[in-house]
Amino acid sequence: MGTGTGGDDSLYPIAVLIDELRNEDVQLRLNSIKKLSTIALALGVERTRTELLPFLTDTIYDEDEVLLALAEQLGSFTVLVGGPEFVHCLLPPLESLATVEETVVRDKAVESLRKISQEHSPVDLEVHFVPLVKRLASGDWFTSRTSACGLFGVCYPRVSSTVKAEIRQHFRTLCSDDTPMVRRAASSKLGEFAKVLELDYVKSDIIPLFTALASDEQDSVRLLAVEAGVSIAALLPQEDLEDLVMPTLRQAAEDKSWRVRYMVADKFSELQKAVGPEITKNDLVPAFQNLLKDCEAEVRTAAANKVKGEVLPEDSRETIIMTHILPCVKELVSDTNQHVKSALASVIMGLSTILGKDNTVEHLLPLFLVQLKDEYPEVRLNIISNLDCVNEVIGIRQLSQSLLPAIVELAEDAKWRVRLAIIEYMPLLAGQLGVEFFDEKLNSLCMAWLIDHVYAIREAATCNLMKLVEKFGAEWAQNTIVPKVLGMANDSNYLHRMTTLFCINALSEVCGQEITTKHMLPVVLKMSTDQVANVRFNVARCLQKIGPVLDSSALQAEVKPVLEKLATDQDMDVKYFALEAISGMYLFNLPTYIFSETFSFSSILFFFFSFSLSP
Amino acid sequence: MSSAATTAPSVDKVDGFSRKSVRKARQKRAQSSSQFRSQDKPIELVQLPLLKDVSAQEQPELFLKKLQQCCTLFDFMETLSDLKMKEYKRSTLNELVDYVTLSRGYLTEQTYPEVVKMVSCNIFRTLPPSDSNEFDPEEDEPMLEASWPHLQLVYEFFIRFLESQEFQPSVAKKYIDQKFVLQLLELFDSEDPRERDCLKTVLHRIYGKFLGLRAFIRKQINNIFLCFVFETEHFNGVAELLEILGSIINGFALPLKAEHKQFLVKVLLPLHTVRSLSLFHAQLAYCIVQFLEKDPTLTEPVIRGLLKFWPKTCSQKEVMFLGELEEILDVIEPTQFVKIQELLFKQISRCVSSPHFQVAERALYYWNNEYIMSLIEENSSVILPIMFASLYRISKEHWNPAISALIYNVLKAFMEMNSALFDELAANYKSDRQRERKKDKEREDLWRKLEELELRRGVQNNRNDIEGE
Repeated sequence: MGTGTGGDDSLYPIAVLIDELRNEDVQLRLNSIKKLSTIALALGVERTRTELLPFLTDTIYDEDEVLLALAEQLGSFTVLVGGPEFVHCLLPPLESLATVEETVVRDKAVESLRKISQEHSPVDLEVHFVPLVKRLASGDWFTSRTSACGLFGVCYPRVSSTVKAEIRQHFRTLCSDDTPMVRRAASSKLGEFAKVLELDYVKSDIIPLFTALASDEQDSVRLLAVEAGVSIAALLPQEDLEDLVMPTLRQAAEDKSWRVRYMVADKFSELQKAVGPEITKNDLVPAFQNLLKDCEAEVRTAAANKVKGEVLPEDSRETIIMTHILPCVKELVSDTNQHVKSALASVIMGLSTILGKDNTVEHLLPLFLVQLKDEYPEVRLNIISNLDCVNEVIGIRQLSQSLLPAIVELAEDAKWRVRLAIIEYMPLLAGQLGVEFFDEKLNSLCMAWLIDHVYAIREAATCNLMKLVEKFGAEWAQNTIVPKVLGMANDSNYLHRMTTLFCINALSEVCGQEITTKHMLPVVLKMSTDQVANVRFNVARCLQKIGPVLDSSALQAEVKPVLEKLATDQDMDVKYFALEAISGMYLFNLPTYIFSETFSFSSILFFFFSFSLSP
Repeated sequence: MSSAATTAPSVDKVDGFSRKSVRKARQKRAQSSSQFRSQDKPIELVQLPLLKDVSAQEQPELFLKKLQQCCTLFDFMETLSDLKMKEYKRSTLNELVDYVTLSRGYLTEQTYPEVVKMVSCNIFRTLPPSDSNEFDPEEDEPMLEASWPHLQLVYEFFIRFLESQEFQPSVAKKYIDQKFVLQLLELFDSEDPRERDCLKTVLHRIYGKFLGLRAFIRKQINNIFLCFVFETEHFNGVAELLEILGSIINGFALPLKAEHKQFLVKVLLPLHTVRSLSLFHAQLAYCIVQFLEKDPTLTEPVIRGLLKFWPKTCSQKEVMFLGELEEILDVIEPTQFVKIQELLFKQISRCVSSPHFQVAERALYYWNNEYIMSLIEENSSVILPIMFASLYRISKEHWNPAISALIYNVLKAFMEMNSALFDELAANYKSDRQRERKKDKEREDLWRKLEELELRRGVQNNRNDIEGE
């Protein structure tokens, strides 16, 4: 800020601006608050400090939405009050905001306070910031104490040892506050606070707090302590873990509240990483087995997500999984709860890379097969969508025998969304299975979807064909799918005839000019005399679409006459699309007003038709 | 809370993890939530004779034995297991209910801990996760407690016990303590409405009989509400707790303690912000009105609070707020009315002109309320200018003819009340609008100028930076 207190203060009397902040209309107040930085800029740093901030501090009673905006703004106000030297001016309004009821406002105020704490010099921090934290920590109403919990961690590293001792004392007090809200806040910040403490104090101060919070009477407090436990464990040397944190963590894994057990299951990977391989092997594995067998499905689901055990020690990982985890996994495969099975299905394939080929074939394969036949489509889909993991280990051939019936079943599922999902995996499967297997087993399925009675499936099937051709090449397309697609042009059902056109739209580019000109174009042209208007106007659209693939002689000699004929069709939609194709392809120079005036109505009609086509 | 868990020695806590036996015991406790899954072997209870079939001296001992038997829990998720024993426990509980209702002299000192233990064993459990992730009490069917056939009788037994003439709070307070109450309050989150109904009666009785627990109960309910409003927005028993509070507030002594006023302003009023307000609004409004009937000077903070939390987007809630406001106005003292009339009618004027016809209609119904009408009439010189612009504008352009008709009546009423002022406002309507438009324009200008200034400074700063380098 080069200009300092300069600026045209006279132009903008503070009264006017403050009037705006006081306007009856909340929306106007909100607008002004959001432009608070502009106001501050207009006032200059000095008047911002002496007039605006006191005003804001005094009139903090407002709608929460306005307060939220204010709390946010003040976090980046340092420059506007004159830089770090004056940053403490921002503390009074933020202090009031940190005590309001509404959680989002309070959280935002704390966020801003944390931000500006970094801009305080160490002296200012002790003179201005720490007293504020202490005031909040001993506030009457729970809101200020809750807010205080989030502020200890940011000032602790930068203050003298006497102040440090006071801060620790305050934090201790809040951990045994008599409102659960404050204990929850303390519990959730315990890990963060532990990180900035000296190791000796972690042991002497934090551990007792952790133990107390982890056995709080309220499960909502206990479950937050689990997360803190993970952070604390990561700070301690290995030899202290057993005595200081493990008893509490063990207890959490067997807590009577399923929410706490869920938290342990959910944080399991982090927990393993924090306590290291040795404890994991001896302690966490048995606990994990229990979580996998928990009586609440929520807990089992969270645990099932972690069966891969990424952090287990390399050398014993396989054995541990084989002897301890796999038996539980075997049970989960036939769990009564679909979410559990579905979570398992999304990770179980990952086990094969850890266990290697022989074990996979012997132990996992049967499980995959069970899940592939699961009554819930979601479970089956999760298996199929992770086939690539298994492919790497044993090759998909091993699976194909059983895979196929499952795919066929999903492909014919009564719910079209399930069919749609399996179509989306086709290109992936095709890539993994190879062209030979595909032709033999799956090709017919892909063609069957083209005549599905749901439009969305036919559409997806068309798109699928395009992706398959991208994988297997034009020659394969010409030999296997193009004849079948073109054959449908003679179908008695006009929807199937249209599907031919849609396929050609999708395939012409990937198949290339030769196939398009030689094989597809004649069929399209022939269909221009179809008795159903919808087919005819789709011919026009198709010709426009494949135009770029064709050479100009074919365009002039074959396409142009057909489009010209369609442009004189009795049906107005056919006319419309024929004319659009003609102009789109620059075959003639037609004046554009023809389309805009005559046919705007048809385009509306077209939308109507395209809806009515899908049953 | 199975007996195995409670008797597990505390030393096991240190090393419990690796020892299978302890793990098993703990596991069992975990499963004594409302779903007990794995009970390996069938439960056998020795059939005891009926209480009425033994002599009066033998009854107390048999009663205790039966209480102990009823601590056994059954898995109701397994519909086919232990059928005979389940039936036995049910009939025993029935017998116990009758026994505490009818017999005299059964309540010896050592009975209390056994009764409380039996009740605790049965009702205290971690509530199971809700079936649907986002349980919406308005949409979803509540999950019913599977073990209700037993649980219901346990609750009934406990209520009869508390209501029994021989019941002595001075003895019972050793067992029905803060911890007990805390666990009881947690159960109010049960999805099963039948259970919450029983809990309501139980808590009400405890509040009535244990004076020493009253402050504690109120504080814990506070905590539940604050957590509900500001943290989770999820708690199934809010309506039931409010219902109890309604009768508690009714009994508050005058003058009201600061603690109670704080409860009103900092807990009850914020409850209005919750999304599921409709589920407990009637009970909440009742509590609020109770407070105002006790102490009319609270009217101003209450109405200010309501106006602060006035719904911005939810018309359904707005209708509820208008309903509550009318209940408040029904009991308002004219001296209090004068204090908040301006703020209040600014909001009402916005409601009257709401494009949502139910909101407008609800607000306009105030003019059918005789008491409110008399208040408006007394203060027409203040209220009429606030209301006039919206009424006048809406009378011409509201899309709903029913609203237009209502507005017409209101205008007519105002005209009869204070025709001089009415004519003046009508005459000034146009020029007032013009003045407003002018003000809007001035505001826009102000902001534009400010933005220009900011831009100019930005440029200047850049230039300074460059020069500085």
